[in-house]
Amino acid sequence: MGLTDWLNPVKGFGVTFHTMFKKPVTTNYPEEKKPTAPRFHGRHQLNRWPDGLEKCVGCELCAWACPADAIYVEGADNTEEERYSPGERYGRTYQINYLRCILCGLCIEACPTRALTMTNEYELADTNRESLIYTKEMLLAPLTQGMEQPPHPMRLGETEEDYYRLGRTNG
Amino acid sequence: MTHVLAADPTLADFGKDPLWITIIKAVMLFVFLMLSILFGVWFERKLIARMQHRYGPNRAGKFGLLQSVADGLKMGLKEDIFPRTVDKVLYLLAPVIMVVPAFLAFSIVPFGPMVNLFGVQTPLQLVDLPVAVLFMLAMGAVSVYGVVLAGWSSRSPYALLGGLRSAAQVVSYEIAMGLSFVAIFLFAGTLSTSEIVRAQEQTWFAVLLIPSFLVYVVCMFGEAARIPFDLPEGEGELVGGFQTEYSSSLKFALIMMGEYLHTFTASGIAVTLFLGGWRAPAPITTFWAGANEGWWPVLWFFIKFVLTFCFIVWVRASLPRVRYDQLMSLGWKVLIPVNLAWILLVAAVRNVVVYEESRTIGIGLGAVIVIGALAIWMRFDTVNQRRKEEKKAEVEAEFQQLSEEPAAGGFPVPPLDLPHYHGVQHKEIPSGTN
Repeated sequence: MGLTDWLNPVKGFGVTFHTMFKKPVTTNYPEEKKPTAPRFHGRHQLNRWPDGLEKCVGCELCAWACPADAIYVEGADNTEEERYSPGERYGRTYQINYLRCILCGLCIEACPTRALTMTNEYELADTNRESLIYTKEMLLAPLTQGMEQPPHPMRLGETEEDYYRLGRTNG
Repeated sequence: MTHVLAADPTLADFGKDPLWITIIKAVMLFVFLMLSILFGVWFERKLIARMQHRYGPNRAGKFGLLQSVADGLKMGLKEDIFPRTVDKVLYLLAPVIMVVPAFLAFSIVPFGPMVNLFGVQTPLQLVDLPVAVLFMLAMGAVSVYGVVLAGWSSRSPYALLGGLRSAAQVVSYEIAMGLSFVAIFLFAGTLSTSEIVRAQEQTWFAVLLIPSFLVYVVCMFGEAARIPFDLPEGEGELVGGFQTEYSSSLKFALIMMGEYLHTFTASGIAVTLFLGGWRAPAPITTFWAGANEGWWPVLWFFIKFVLTFCFIVWVRASLPRVRYDQLMSLGWKVLIPVNLAWILLVAAVRNVVVYEESRTIGIGLGAVIVIGALAIWMRFDTVNQRRKEEKKAEVEAEFQQLSEEPAAGGFPVPPLDLPHYHGVQHKEIPSGTN
């Protein structure tokens, strides 16, 4: 700098002219989708154990943690004939209202069994209110290899504690 | 050269067209302007987007070309709101008053020389008058009525003040704009646009009369109310200026159209009066003698027109909006005096060149005027300087008095050197203390 300081008032013209020949930084969103950050707070998901039983125990801690009052849970008792999750209880009704949800993730922090986590899916817009209240079937993770649709007996242990200790080596 | 001259229309070539030719020319002009607005909006948005690192409109149609059509349709389909207290007649009429003169002003812009239009030899210009440039200025002035009436008939303080601001701005810049044409009239010896184009056969007036051209370029933005002088609208800081109550519908579209047409008129006038009109730029005519004949000039005119418009957009992308008092002081204290001095100089030089017998008197008078002007200016400068110093001493004395005796002005005020008060000197306040 120094010698060309007297040109400062018109240097802005050079900047705009130069920018004209650069590639725009815009992302053409609907056509071109960039992956989100790995821990992006997107739509929720209710996870399963490897045998297909649900992790949710219907404790309602997520509903209590929710600052926007977006989660509604009704728990019910498992029976030996009809078992949805290891242990005593399971979430019979589970609804998240995405018109209220602010995707803050406090529910995820509150969940004691890691049943509730968040995915990276962010395209949640819809044209009516009813379809934005996600029910349990919409939130449950899909069945993958080796999973079986509940209700079915516990396959990975005798008690729920065996499930909770799955994959841990420290006893 | 004589061959080219034969194609040049003069004032005598006008007024001889059959009615149907006039109608065809008028319709062509209207269609040209309407298409210019449609694609001008698109083009401006695209260009400024690239200058700002974006793509711009690209959803409606291929490359977003139908964006203006979509906008127009949307405006047309919106509810036509009449605020309860407006003066209905004037409220409806004001946008029309703004648009119609903007269209009319373009009728004196020459697009080309004599051409063969459906077997009739006719100049490619709707109309030419002995006072064509004055007509253009008058049309610009009439559309100010639209602005004022739009502000007044809205019965809203925002709109009223906005209208007054816009009117004051446009009127101020019209003076400087009119003055910037005077040097051209002195050189061309006429106000008819076709003959002004003809007078630029050798040199463009933009080159010959650089100060006039520069002043015009500045005034162009003030007159068309474009950034950096778009204070009538000022979307970042005003509610909406004179168009506050024109919230939607076709009336708003008309206002927008009028403003765009003013930009086009400003470019068209710049091309016609300063940039050689429809004449091919210098290197082309040397290689190709026929460049200024037939329909080719329309192409040259259009290229110059688009480039001028590009320049306006470029300025919009590069400069911030000025403050209203800056705008006014630039117009009145810089542009107009500079223009007057320049006109004086041009007139003096023309006089000395043209009238050889009175050359000594001319030069002598010129010297007297220059010395007198300098003397007056220096006198004003010293007076100004003294006034500034007096004012400064006054302010300092008042401050001194207030710091010694805070209640001196009659108001119970805290002393200027309280710890939390950035008065006499700034004191550091550590956090945690009161």
